[in-house]
Amino acid sequence: MPEDLNWAIGGEAGDGIDSTGKIFAQALSRAGRHVFTSKDFASRIRGGYTAYKVRTSVDRVESVVDRLDILIALTQRTVDENLDELHEGSVIIYDGERTTMQDLEIPEGMIGLDVPLKSLAEDAGGAIMRNVVALGAACAVADFPIENLDESLQKRFGGKGESIVENNKEAARLGREYVRENYDHEFDYELETTDADYVLLNGDEAIGMGAIAAGCRFYSGYPITPATNVMEYLTGRIERYGGAVIQAEDELSAINMALGAARAGARAMTATSGPGIDLMTETFGLVATTETPLVIVDVMRSGPSTGMPTKQEQGDLNMLLYGGHGEIPRFVLAPTTVSECFHKAVEAFNLAEKYQTPVFLAADLALAVTEQTFPPEEFDMDAVEIDRGNVVSEGQIDEWVSESGQFQPHLETEDGISPRTFPGNAGGAHMTTGLEHDALGRRTEDTDVRVDQVDKRNRKVETAIEREDWSPREFGDADSDTLIISWGSNEGAMREAMGFLEEDGVSVRFVSVPYIFPRPDLTDAVEAADEVIVVECNATGQFADLVEHDALTRVKRINKYDGVRFKADELAEDVKRVLGESAEVTA
Amino acid sequence: MSSQVRFTDFKSDKQPTWCPGCGDFGTMNGMMKALANTGNDPDNTFIVAGIGCSGKIGTYMHSYALHGVHGRALPVGIGVKAANPNLEVMVAGGDGDGYSIGAGHFVHAVRRNMDMTYVVMDNRIYGLTKGQFSPTSREDFETSTSPDGTHQAPVNPLALALAAGGTFIAQSFSSDAQRHAQIVQEAIEHPGFGFVNVYSPCVTFNDVDTYDYFRDSLVDLADDEDYDSTDYDQAKEVILDSDKEYQGVIYRDENSVPYNESMGLTENMSEIPDGAPEDAMDLVREFY
Repeated sequence: MPEDLNWAIGGEAGDGIDSTGKIFAQALSRAGRHVFTSKDFASRIRGGYTAYKVRTSVDRVESVVDRLDILIALTQRTVDENLDELHEGSVIIYDGERTTMQDLEIPEGMIGLDVPLKSLAEDAGGAIMRNVVALGAACAVADFPIENLDESLQKRFGGKGESIVENNKEAARLGREYVRENYDHEFDYELETTDADYVLLNGDEAIGMGAIAAGCRFYSGYPITPATNVMEYLTGRIERYGGAVIQAEDELSAINMALGAARAGARAMTATSGPGIDLMTETFGLVATTETPLVIVDVMRSGPSTGMPTKQEQGDLNMLLYGGHGEIPRFVLAPTTVSECFHKAVEAFNLAEKYQTPVFLAADLALAVTEQTFPPEEFDMDAVEIDRGNVVSEGQIDEWVSESGQFQPHLETEDGISPRTFPGNAGGAHMTTGLEHDALGRRTEDTDVRVDQVDKRNRKVETAIEREDWSPREFGDADSDTLIISWGSNEGAMREAMGFLEEDGVSVRFVSVPYIFPRPDLTDAVEAADEVIVVECNATGQFADLVEHDALTRVKRINKYDGVRFKADELAEDVKRVLGESAEVTA
Repeated sequence: MSSQVRFTDFKSDKQPTWCPGCGDFGTMNGMMKALANTGNDPDNTFIVAGIGCSGKIGTYMHSYALHGVHGRALPVGIGVKAANPNLEVMVAGGDGDGYSIGAGHFVHAVRRNMDMTYVVMDNRIYGLTKGQFSPTSREDFETSTSPDGTHQAPVNPLALALAAGGTFIAQSFSSDAQRHAQIVQEAIEHPGFGFVNVYSPCVTFNDVDTYDYFRDSLVDLADDEDYDSTDYDQAKEVILDSDKEYQGVIYRDENSVPYNESMGLTENMSEIPDGAPEDAMDLVREFY
């Protein structure tokens, strides 16, 4: 197990919780420590409980646990909300001068540090810096070098002028000194620093970065939680490479703009969350039947309807697989970690263009808002390969025209993949339509042509299954009788849960699946195991259904749909319960 | 190349299945003439169409084209133009397509002012679904779904465009071939969103808004020496005049700056490197 520290700041939305948490996370990252962040937030701008949690270790951390060591509480509710995670010895930093916190009762066995955050901030130059005072106090508790905090304060406030930066540094020092002078308690922490230089980013940002690396030049989208970050990341960056972001009037427009850009030859993408996917579904069929390469990102959140917009779920799987009238060939990819968001985005563009098929990239809230540290080499730009598929250059167009001299965008070929030419290319003029069409892209109701075109589109999937690698990611004991399968963001929690299970003598084989369609054939693995458990964040077990369907057997299920991601220790307990064991697992 | 392009080069070898006498024949011919007259050729032209009788136009013309879903042709056109501003983008739709299911996109396309042309074939009825009222149908118009009138005021598309900040608003009549082609040509030449509402009569289901009706009632603004299409107030007066039908360029904003220009969209986005951009590691370093 990593020697980890779990830290959080909580208060009301609008209290600057997010930026304070980010400053601390960046300071840890700059100090060569690994960081994994998670957020509790409500769907409102001001008011309502919100918290930013940081788990840090010198070893890589890939999940959250049910434990909180240091809590900066700006409100009473922050303590109440986190009572389950606090433990004997947990430190709670609060401002007892604040009227609403004067009666704060520190739970038995915990350590309350009453620090006059507001007064000290005023001493440093303004009450607005009270969160930074708290960060300084936390540095004292964790024995974390405050110089590392200085760097991230510089990064955060550098644009506002040196005096602001200096004031903030001073605020942090006042907080640290206050704790040192007024509390002689020996805290058990000593946050080791290393020479490593990590980058800190979340899944939405990784998707945006992957898109640019892959040559995406056009993005259209409509703001929706938790996908908006993708658009915000691309805005201002994609332009450097000759691209553009258009904020559309709605999701219907967003996907149609992206479709237009893709037809014009750009690598194009749109991103949304479940409700937006609903709106895009009609055009999704058009994209598929016109054989237009397009990447559509679904950052899933709790549904149905508006559900819980700021909470985690993996409930859209069936919609991504089956959404749309008629039968539509598509690829569905689901990155399993923040860094895989980058790699799968690159892969999505290649698949889309090689097979002239829409690709769903299914991330989820837990991935989207999780900031995680990585060595920069994890995003190896030299390894990015771009394959545009069967693009026919102007000089070759004559080889692909019909007897009457017209370009054939839906020509039936053995592998199902037709030639493609971009508007502006001489001799390539052609139309296409969402109506069933012939090789020339023209409407048809001819029964033979219809069957041939449906087969052709489906054949592309067969070709892709043969040509591409759809392997899952494997962990743990390959010979174990217990097989655990998950998809998407559960990988980190499950990997850490394996450690907890190991301590209790339970070894498992864990298969993490990043491809939903096509997907790896797990039949052999399922048949080889005595116990098969599918772990996912939804109520009905949508992926478990697929595993059962593929392997013609029944599997056990662990389903979580309370809106919160899996926690590693909690998941270990779940696995034991399903396996019929009852031993406690402690984090 | 442009001098050699004739309007028939924009014709496909598909025979239209529009009803004999349909206004859409004239509308389409005018579009093809306007494209040829403005020096375009099929290989640099992209036509987007929606659904309905008007939506068939992409099949009967020859160019790069996409026939999309109902009401969503405008966003497709915007995406095409953004990705390759060198293309001549023309979007065609009907009154249902543009002012009913696609009304939201219409308003936003107008205010976005992308340099493209939007031609709406307005026959004031749903033809392909066999005769239901449309958003531009008169209030007392009796159809299969409005046996005693529509009980709603018709949409005034020109007013909608003016209110949304339209920079080029025009109206034409498909059977006045020369004027129609000329007006579409001016729309193409306009730097920004060129919007033309075309009276394109439905001979099968609309016995009110007929060729005779338009011929008798149309006032051509070109015949009025005092009419200045750059005068917003005059345009407003004409657009809100419910007693007459007008043709001509009704409003033109001489200061129009197209969206593609103000957004700096100049590159053909279809050209990308074989791998990640050379400075791509900078994207990673931002996260230190």
